[in-house]
Amino acid sequence: MKKKIKIKLNGKLKAINNNSTLFNIVQKNKIPLAKVAIELNQEIVDKKKLKSINLKNNDKIEIVHFIGGG
Amino acid sequence: MQECAKAINLSGAEIVTVAVRRVNITDKKKPLLMDYIDPKKITYLPNTAGCFNSKEALRTLRLAREIGGWKLVKLEVLGEKKNLFPEMIETLKSTEVLTKEGFKVMVYCNDDPLMAKRLENAGASAIMPLAAPIGSGLGIINEINIRIIRKQTKLPLIIDAGLGQASDATIAMELGCDGVLVNTAIAKAKKPFQMALAFKNAVIAGRQSFLSGRIKKTLYGNPSSPKSGII
Repeated sequence: MKKKIKIKLNGKLKAINNNSTLFNIVQKNKIPLAKVAIELNQEIVDKKKLKSINLKNNDKIEIVHFIGGG
Repeated sequence: MQECAKAINLSGAEIVTVAVRRVNITDKKKPLLMDYIDPKKITYLPNTAGCFNSKEALRTLRLAREIGGWKLVKLEVLGEKKNLFPEMIETLKSTEVLTKEGFKVMVYCNDDPLMAKRLENAGASAIMPLAAPIGSGLGIINEINIRIIRKQTKLPLIIDAGLGQASDATIAMELGCDGVLVNTAIAKAKKPFQMALAFKNAVIAGRQSFLSGRIKKTLYGNPSSPKSGII
């Protein structure tokens, strides 16, 4: 069995495979990339480089979009 | 969301403020705003509503720029939860940082002419003073200050927050403002669609009235019919 690591995705704790990239997470959750922004540990991530970003234990990912609101 | 799009359409609004929030990971069928309001037809104005310091506001707007490449943003840094007044020291600091980063910043601010001037000097793209506390519906409580700000700036001047009914928008436009930002007065009216339309007409009426050059006020009456030829 593959080793698991723990990350936080939009505030929710998740166990994922040790060798996961940010791209895997985006794909698995069917995120519409053109309509979101992604932060990894409070740093904005270049959406073109997701495949090269390997996730570590305790990483915090935020995926945000626009909603109505003044 | 459908009702919101209908109200926006009826009001004739050209710009709609949007907030940056987490994507719902568990419920992917939740509708997206962009499915109802086309960003190609209506300008999305990312906004920092709910931020209480410069750090949060900067983080929010940098994320907003990443979502859609928008450089035009609305900055709103609140001071406390009761009156929702803007925290102007943090607002000014954030305006300076954002302007340096290439943002075009429309700034929610107090109706204070001195602070409005400082925001302009810091590179603000539009001055957006409150009429009254957010959601209060009180209308413009300090017309004199709005008049002074209008005289001192050529930047777009938009009344942001506190309007309660359509006639408040007319007054704002008659004072020479370039626009109004309205949410609660329409959203919480008993008939929101009718109120959206009322605001549209009110803004047009106020602008036309401002451009027409009003008559002088006098203490006594002046007959409107000619005095000559009276029988």
